[in-house]
Amino acid sequence: MTGAAPRFAPGARVRVYERFPPGHVRTPWYCRGKTGEIERICGRFRNPEQLAYGNTEAVYEVLYRVGFASRSLWPAYDGCERDRVEIEIYEHWLEPLSGDMT
Amino acid sequence: MSRHEHTGGPAHAHGHDGYDADPTHRHPPRPDLEDTPLAYHQVMQMAVVSLLVEKGVVSADDMRAQIERMDALTPARGARLVARAWVDGGFRERLLADSKAAAAELGIDLGPIPILVMENTPETHNLVVCTLCSCYPRFLLGLPPDWYKSRSYRSRAVREPRRVLAEFGTDLDPDSRIRVHDSTADMRYMILPMRPAGTEGMSEEALARLVTRDSLIGVAVPRAG
Repeated sequence: MTGAAPRFAPGARVRVYERFPPGHVRTPWYCRGKTGEIERICGRFRNPEQLAYGNTEAVYEVLYRVGFASRSLWPAYDGCERDRVEIEIYEHWLEPLSGDMT
Repeated sequence: MSRHEHTGGPAHAHGHDGYDADPTHRHPPRPDLEDTPLAYHQVMQMAVVSLLVEKGVVSADDMRAQIERMDALTPARGARLVARAWVDGGFRERLLADSKAAAAELGIDLGPIPILVMENTPETHNLVVCTLCSCYPRFLLGLPPDWYKSRSYRSRAVREPRRVLAEFGTDLDPDSRIRVHDSTADMRYMILPMRPAGTEGMSEEALARLVTRDSLIGVAVPRAG
C-alpha cells in the first residue's frame, strides 16, 4: 500500500468538487459543491471508480470522513443547527479552501 | 371438508398423479417472485455463478456454506459488544478506538471491512444510512432490514432525520444534535447506544437482551425492560 501523505488533516475545511462524471461514483450528489470539515482520515483504499469496472489494480486513494452542517446541505433544514451529516469521500473529490491547505 | 382444503395434513389423501385427468381439481395459482421475468442483473449473477462453479473457482457447496454462515450472523453479536461496553469502561474505550481488536477480545470476528463505533451521549444522537445503496455491517450484524434498503429511508435519513426517527417512535430532545453517518465507501458503522436508566445491577447477558438491531442502527434506543 503506497501513496503520498494525506493532503488534508482532521479539522481542515474542504470543498467537494461540483463534478458530474458518468459511471460508478461514490460521492453523493447532495454534497457536491458543498463545504465541510475533515472529521478523520480513514486510511487508503482502492479507488472504487476503477474497481467497479474490474480493475483489480485500482490505485489506492486516501479516504476521509467529511462532516457537513445539515443546514448547509438542505436549505429548508429545520433541525438543530449543530446537526451534521458525515460522509466518506475520496481525496480526489476534495479541494482545500483558500488559506486552509495543510 | 372439501377435497381442496389442504389443511388436514396427513388427511391430504388425493395424489397428484393424473392431475390433468381431473379438470375440477385446481390449486389457485399464487403469485411468486419467480413469476416475473428475469432482470438483466439476475441473468448476469446466474451466469457468473455458473462460470465460477464450472471453472472450479468455488464449488456450489462453498457458496451454499458461505450463505449459511452469513445468514447465521445476527444483531446479538453487536448487542454483546454494547453490553460489555456498558459494564466495562476500558472495553468501551477500546471499542470506540479499534472495534476489530475489541471484538476479538470477545471472540467476535468483525470481518474484512472496518467498522466504526459511534457513541450516543445525552448531547448527541447517531444514525446510520447508506444513501448510495445499502452498505451495512453485515459481517457483524447479519443482513440489514428491508426498510434500511428502501429509497424512502435512504433519501430521508440525511434530509429530515428527526422526522424519520419520530416515525420509528424515537423522539429526540430538540436541543440534542444528530450526526447522520452516510456509509458511502469503505467504512461500516455501529451505534453504541446509551445504557438506559433503571438497569443498575443487571447482568451483562440481561443488558445485551435490551440492545436491539434498530438501536445499533440508531433509529431506536434501548429501553429498560
